[in-house]
Amino acid sequence: MSSQLDLEFISLTKRYGEVTAVDAVSYHFEAGTYACLLGPSGCGKSSTLRMVAGHETVSSGSVLLGGRDISYLPPAKRGTAMMFQNYALFPHLSVADNVAFSLKMKGEDATTRTHRAGEMLELVDMGGFADRIPAQLSGGQQQRVALARALITEPQVLLLDEPLSALDPFLRIRMRAELKRLQRELGITFIHVTHGQDEALALADEIVVMNDAKIEQAGKTRDVFETPKTAFVARFLGSHNVIALPEGKVAVRADALTLKAPDGAKLQGKITNIEYQGTHVALTAAIIGEQEVTALLSDKDFFGDPKDLGEAVGLDWDNEAAHALTA
Amino acid sequence: MASPLALVLTVFLVAPIVMIVIVSFWGATEFSIYPAFQFDNYAFLFGSEVTYRVFLNTFKYAGITWVFTLLIGFTVAYFLAFHVRSLKWQIALFLLCTIPFWTSNIIRMISWIPFLGRNGLANSTLISWGVVDEPLEWLLFSDFSVILAFVHLYTLFMVVPIFNTMMRIDKSLIEAATDAGATGWQTLWHVVIPLTKPGIMIGTIFVVTLVMGDFITVRFMSGSQSANVGRMIQNDIGLLQYPSASATAVILLVTVLMVIGLLLRLVDIRKEL
Repeated sequence: MSSQLDLEFISLTKRYGEVTAVDAVSYHFEAGTYACLLGPSGCGKSSTLRMVAGHETVSSGSVLLGGRDISYLPPAKRGTAMMFQNYALFPHLSVADNVAFSLKMKGEDATTRTHRAGEMLELVDMGGFADRIPAQLSGGQQQRVALARALITEPQVLLLDEPLSALDPFLRIRMRAELKRLQRELGITFIHVTHGQDEALALADEIVVMNDAKIEQAGKTRDVFETPKTAFVARFLGSHNVIALPEGKVAVRADALTLKAPDGAKLQGKITNIEYQGTHVALTAAIIGEQEVTALLSDKDFFGDPKDLGEAVGLDWDNEAAHALTA
Repeated sequence: MASPLALVLTVFLVAPIVMIVIVSFWGATEFSIYPAFQFDNYAFLFGSEVTYRVFLNTFKYAGITWVFTLLIGFTVAYFLAFHVRSLKWQIALFLLCTIPFWTSNIIRMISWIPFLGRNGLANSTLISWGVVDEPLEWLLFSDFSVILAFVHLYTLFMVVPIFNTMMRIDKSLIEAATDAGATGWQTLWHVVIPLTKPGIMIGTIFVVTLVMGDFITVRFMSGSQSANVGRMIQNDIGLLQYPSASATAVILLVTVLMVIGLLLRLVDIRKEL
């Protein structure tokens, strides 16, 4: 049921008085994409999402959905639905009534409402909970209900505001898989705001890294991860070392670093920390200019030739593993 | 920890009530009262048609005052909680609401008199605008002025608990309702009002008990032309008929408790306390 409904931002801007929260952001999401807006708190990702949802007015620029300017439409007329960070379930209504809320507002009769709410609850595996009230549900269950409530409006774009942040780590990974499954089944665009890079990498087809109200880098998730353009992106996505070399800053993935004898290696350093991570060992070394780099070695490589704290090592990498950074 | 509190409650709450209940069974003549255990006072009260009229009047005052304080109180609280965006302004406007409480409520009540009187501000303004030809008689010393004073005195008791409850409503619930296509009125009816019910109930209990127990407002604002139960008790006390006053007080207490019991059955306010 994929539709030709691309979502597009054109110089989308949000100002609060003097402060610019979102600064002329332009981007094009193809229909049916799972996209993550990734960035530290205060980078403008939530404001962007709320402008798409219609809960925040657009200061200038516009949001297009399928070529239609939706910037000034009321939230329910946009073809979007929002899932709130704390789920925002109505505490006084049963699960079924929560899910069917939008149908009730449209004046649908009780039979249709019960039927459709039942279908939606089945979709998110909550069929048996229709008569509970939200306070009787766990965080993960509340989230499923919130999803069902958002999806019952048959949106073309589902907006998720930090949907996994309130869950414990274990549940977070399970819900992550669930979100991905739903998105695949429904074939609609998901725009997911998060500050967790692991979440973004695991879920997104496309990643939009934001910083200081602007898009720092955007594209296919793998492209962004493999070739970060700025030091900010490399650091935020993690698993990268940003190394200032005489010829300029480069990003090198931690697992692309190898240990060598100090002579003839690209960098010389002294080991400051060794962290055993099960399948890998993370080895941190201090190099010139008070910089620290981390090499991620497989346990076989490390324990085949163990090192001690304070030992001098040489760090090396293949030339194609280093990416020059613009900033 | 509980015992000092229990002591205070016993001395200042339980003992007086027990005393009143005991005295309500005593007997009285024109010039004396004597300890006894008889039901004369109650029999007289329940046998008198005046009692029913006065109680009915008391309920009428409570009911009408409740409707107006609720409408005004809810609107004010809603404005403060949902339309005033900054906390600073919320606090400022909220304090503004409490300014009338800096004066005694007798003074606030009496200050209506020159305003509403036959040659008062209201009448002279209405006449000068040509709205009426001669002074309106029902503005003062009438049920109208009694209820006006009640509403003026007690609306804040409705505003405070409702505002308090509304401030606890997660604002994203309102957005979630808008997201689901609810209009402003639909959000009000299906989300805000149900979630504000406990506050409404607490305000209702305040207003109903205050109005039902009042005697001074009714006396001043009706010019002693209307009666409620409080006035009846006050009259008995004036005539030193303490047993009869006690019996009326006991019946009033039981009535108010029944009303509150009924209200508490409708809404669970425990989570607000």
